[in-house]
Amino acid sequence: MSSIDVRGLSVRYGRTEVLHGFTDSLRSGEWLGLIGPNGAGKSSLLRAIVGIVPSAGEIDVDGSPLALRSRSRRAALVAYVPQEPLLPDDMTGAEYVMLGRSPYVSYFGSESRHDRAMVADVLERLELVGFADRRLGTLSGGERQRLVIARALATEAPILLLDEPTSALDIGHQQQALELVARLRHDHGLTVISAMHDLTLAGLYSDRLALLHEGSVVASGPAAEVLQADTLAEFYGVRVSVHHEPDGTVVVIPRREHLADDH
Amino acid sequence: MTVTNQYAETLLPGRARAVRWPASAWLPAALVLVMVAVVLGAMIGPAGPTWWRVPLAMADRLPLVSVDSGVTDAEWNIIWQIRMPRVLLAGIVGSMLSIAGASYQGVFRNPLVDPYLLGAAAGAGLGATIVFTVARSATADWPVDPAPTVAFAAALMTVSVTYVVGAAFGGVKSGVTLVLAGVAVTSLVTAIQTFLLQRNSEVIREVYSWILGRLSTATWGDVRVVLPYVVASSAVLLMHRRHLDLLRVGDDEATTLGAPVARVRLVVVIAATLGTAAVVSVSGLIGFVGIVVPHLVRLIAGTSYRRLLPLSMAFGAAFLILADIPGRVLTNPAETPIGVVTAFLGAPFFIVLLRTRAVPR
Repeated sequence: MSSIDVRGLSVRYGRTEVLHGFTDSLRSGEWLGLIGPNGAGKSSLLRAIVGIVPSAGEIDVDGSPLALRSRSRRAALVAYVPQEPLLPDDMTGAEYVMLGRSPYVSYFGSESRHDRAMVADVLERLELVGFADRRLGTLSGGERQRLVIARALATEAPILLLDEPTSALDIGHQQQALELVARLRHDHGLTVISAMHDLTLAGLYSDRLALLHEGSVVASGPAAEVLQADTLAEFYGVRVSVHHEPDGTVVVIPRREHLADDH
Repeated sequence: MTVTNQYAETLLPGRARAVRWPASAWLPAALVLVMVAVVLGAMIGPAGPTWWRVPLAMADRLPLVSVDSGVTDAEWNIIWQIRMPRVLLAGIVGSMLSIAGASYQGVFRNPLVDPYLLGAAAGAGLGATIVFTVARSATADWPVDPAPTVAFAAALMTVSVTYVVGAAFGGVKSGVTLVLAGVAVTSLVTAIQTFLLQRNSEVIREVYSWILGRLSTATWGDVRVVLPYVVASSAVLLMHRRHLDLLRVGDDEATTLGAPVARVRLVVVIAATLGTAAVVSVSGLIGFVGIVVPHLVRLIAGTSYRRLLPLSMAFGAAFLILADIPGRVLTNPAETPIGVVTAFLGAPFFIVLLRTRAVPR
């Protein structure tokens, strides 16, 4: 259960600034969906929060600056699921999830009985026990994705950052992965920031959406406000119609251009 | 949160890889192999007692054991003063090169890296060449041969230059720049060495036999000189084996898991280089051990560095002790250099590895 405040976060690669003063505040247990076209700065924002790209600005977790905490304390507060995780083919599922316990192991130490029990528990809750002894190279994309999420959960971090967690998955596995995060958020009060391409899914799972365009937030708020046909046309350059279900779900439907010889 | 003991059990080390020979069985097996190699190494050689008497003589020396081996004191001297230091030095060198190779492969996430990558061997070669060309006649009657010391210093200097050059262009962070800096510095140092040899062609033969591996002249003094470096270096490397496993997911992800990536890389490179420089300075350049042994271990016991590092040490020791045996017998009395034997065995093995693409990362 942790809140996170980001103020004026900027990221530059060389001379190009790719994120301009991002500011947002998430209360504990909130899910913020980041949307926007490729290159909008979504991944850079997430990478800046976990500290793997240099950035300017302030990030507070539970009211105190993240930058002042130790490396391992930061890792225990914020878990990160990268867009393209690097999974060593020959590592077993259990070994991989065990890496998530690293923030709690001292420099020269090794994992304790508690760490092993924790990993066993995560594998069980995510129904991954069968993959504990399997090598990562033999698993399917969906299975690997769930193991990456399992590794993030094994850190017991209250804040979870997901960079395109479902882009490599089919629609069934997309839903499965997102339902998993939603359930864990519900059970453990996780605060989630996720970058997502699928606008309908982003609106469906997030409490709020922030639409990024060329490094700046151009629209922010509930899905019904952000996902509007003219807004999406302006920033994505797409032709869509937006449909509102009776239960409040916002569905974004792509439309074809009408060519002259189409009948 | 409930903890199910049943699954905690399956995660205990050694149980996780039930499909293979249990991982915990490999280390005792490797240590037995080292013992067998030591005994074999002491048994075989051009002069000395009949081979089957040697184990008896060794057993006789153990406390509380008395065996009539029929080995004379003079013969025992051959075993203890000539063969034993050679066998132990081979074991020490083999184990150091293997653990250094495995560690380098870990920090650079590159399975084809060997411990000489950053210039340790080239530097040692240059150091030895300088001693032979510039000051051989002047130092001939010194009580201590300066060649190993100069080789050691030159090896460390070369690697330092590589590190400074690589770090200046961001190499510590990515590792790739550091590898490229190693290639550049190695060529430069080799060029200087070639130039010196060209100018002093009368010592080429001496320099080459020095560089190609000289376990044959090993004494207890060599063992004593090199052992502290190897023990310190191996201890530091073994203490970082969990970090090497973490680095397998890449610098960025390791960072988000709380690993001090740049520091781990620096410490591991320093430790591996110090040990490599020390063994190169007493034994010359022994190729392929640092690549072949870690890959062999990966194939049989898996790729986790927790098992890879200790097993590489044990198998590396056994490999080099055994590889040293044919060299003594084949071209008796003029010996085949150990570097030639390891490359002769190692290169085909390496080609097969590449062919089957069984090189796991």
